[in-house]
Amino acid sequence: MALTREQIENIAHLARLQLQAAEVPVYQTTLSAILDFVGELDRADTASVTPMAHPLPGLSQRLRPDAITETDHHELYQENAPQVAASLYVVPKVIE
Amino acid sequence: MDVTVHRRTLAQLVAGLRAKEFSSVELTRLFLERIEASQPKLNAFITITREQALSAAEAADRDLAAARGGALTGVPIAHKDLFCTQGVRTSCGSRMLDNFVSPYDATVVAKLKAAGAVMLGKANMDEFAMGSSNETSYYGPVRNPWNTDLVPGGSSGGSAAAVAARLTPLATATDTGGSIRQPAALCGVTGLKPTYGRVSRYGMVAFASSLDQGGTVTATAEDAALVMREMAGFDPNDSTSVDRPVPDYVASLGTPLAGLKIGLLKEFFDKGLDPENERRIREALAVYEKLGAQLREVSLPNLPLSVPAYYVVAPAECSSNLARFDGVRFGHRCENPRDLMDLYKRSRGEGFGAEVKRRIMTGTYVLSAGYYDAYYLKAQKVRQLITADFTRAFNEVDVLMGPTTPTAAFEIGAKTSDPITMYLNDIYTIGANLAGLPAMSVPCGFVRGMPVGLQIVGPHFSEAKVLNVAHLYQRETDWHTRVPERYA
Repeated sequence: MALTREQIENIAHLARLQLQAAEVPVYQTTLSAILDFVGELDRADTASVTPMAHPLPGLSQRLRPDAITETDHHELYQENAPQVAASLYVVPKVIE
Repeated sequence: MDVTVHRRTLAQLVAGLRAKEFSSVELTRLFLERIEASQPKLNAFITITREQALSAAEAADRDLAAARGGALTGVPIAHKDLFCTQGVRTSCGSRMLDNFVSPYDATVVAKLKAAGAVMLGKANMDEFAMGSSNETSYYGPVRNPWNTDLVPGGSSGGSAAAVAARLTPLATATDTGGSIRQPAALCGVTGLKPTYGRVSRYGMVAFASSLDQGGTVTATAEDAALVMREMAGFDPNDSTSVDRPVPDYVASLGTPLAGLKIGLLKEFFDKGLDPENERRIREALAVYEKLGAQLREVSLPNLPLSVPAYYVVAPAECSSNLARFDGVRFGHRCENPRDLMDLYKRSRGEGFGAEVKRRIMTGTYVLSAGYYDAYYLKAQKVRQLITADFTRAFNEVDVLMGPTTPTAAFEIGAKTSDPITMYLNDIYTIGANLAGLPAMSVPCGFVRGMPVGLQIVGPHFSEAKVLNVAHLYQRETDWHTRVPERYA
C-alpha cells in the first residue's frame, strides 16, 4: 500500500503533529512499508476467534471503589506546567 | 576496599555490606566514579544523582550500623529513565520530558527505596522505549561496552550497558516487545521480564499499556530473584496489577532440574538466525541435558505473526497514551503559539523524535475510522491465536527455550534508515509480551567477540521456575561473569 502525501498530512493532523516538509516523504515511505508488513496478518484465519481483551486469561480490568482517595496537589503538579496563572493552566485564547 | 569489588554480584555486595567489609558510601562513590568515567564512551546515563546517592548511602550506613534496614540496604542501583523519581528529572529519553521533574515515585522506585537501595542515577534509553538499539534517545546513543562501534540493544540499552560495564549491580528496565531481554543479550547480562501484572506499572511512563512490564537487568539470575522479591506484588495504584502472593524467588533457587521438560521453539530456529548464534544456543541446551532436563521440539505455528501483530497493537496503544503530551500541563511547549491547534501540533512535532512520531502516526492510522477492524481488531485476534499456541505448548513442556536475538550486536547506524529491519530484531522476544508471559535472557557465549543470550519463557506467574532454570545454568557456566576488558 502506498500512502499519499495528503494521507500522511491527514494522519499527522489527526495525531496533532506538525511535520517538517522534509519529513513527509520519509513517513510516506516508511508508513507504507509498515502497513504492507502488518498486512501479513491477513494470512491468519481468525473467523471464529474472539479478540484478546486482557493479556492474562480470565482476567478483566479491576475497578476500584468509587471513593475519594486523592488529596489536592495542584501546586506541586503545576510546577511542571509551562504556564500557570491563578492555579489555572494558560493556553492561547480559544474563544474570541 | 578490594579492587574488584565492582565485579561482585548484587548478592555478594549485600553480604559485604552486612559484614562491614565496605560501607555504602564507599560502594556508592566507587560506582559513581565508574559511571562518570564511562560517560564519554558509553553514555549509559541521562542523569547522575551524585548528591542524593551519597546522602542516601550515609543513611544506609547508619541503618547498617544499627542492624536495621531492608534486603538491599546500601546497595547502589540505577533506574531506567522511564520510572518516575520524585524530585529528579524523568525524561524517558525524550525532548518532550527534558524539563519534567517527577512529583512522585513510581511504585518500583518506592519499593526498592524502601528495601534500602541507593539510586545512582537514571539510565539512558530509546525515546519513550521505542527502539531496539538505543539510537532514538534525545540524549544520544548508548554504546555497547564490548565494542563501542556497536549498539547495546534497546530500549533498555543504558540499563544493559551499565550492568555489563559493572557501573551498577542492578538497573531496572522495562520490556514492551523485548526491551529488557534484547539489550541484556547484546550486552552479555541477565534480563528478566516478569509476567504482565506481576510488577506495578504505576509511575512507569506508558508506551503500550497491554504489553509494558517492568523488570530487572543484573549480572546473575540470583540477583534478579533477590530484587524481584522486593519489586513484585500487588499495587492498588495499577489497575492491571494482579493480586497474588509473591513467592520467595530466592528460596526456590537450586531446585534440581531432573525431569524438566524443555520445549525448543521450532519457529525460532529459522533462516534469520545467525548459525554461530544457533551453535551457542545448542551448546547451552546440552548443558541442560547434562543437568537432567529433557529436550523436545515444539511448534507454535502462529508465532511468526508476532511482529506484525505487535506493530499494530503497540503503535495503537502508543498513539493513545502519548496523546497526554499536549504542551499544556507538563512537558515541552513550543514558542509563541498562534492558537491552541498550533500549540498542540508544534509542541508535539518538536518534542517527539522521528521514531516516536512514526509510531504515533501508525497507531493513529490503524485506529482511524474504517480501519479499526482490518488492523487493530485483527491483531487482537491474532494475539489470541499466539497466546493459545503458548498455552498448548505449556501443556507439554515446563519452559520454552530459544535464542533471544537472531544476531549479536550490530553497528550504530546500520539499521536506522529501515524501520522494518530494526523491528525484526525483536522477532523472538515479542511473543512473550503478546501473551503476557515471563521470560529471561541469560548470557550463553560469544559470537565473533560479542555476547549472545539464551531465552527462557515460562507459563504465567512462573518467575520462580524460570529464575531457577537460569540460575542452575549459571552454576554450570561462567558467561555471566565475563566483563569487557576495559571495565574488568
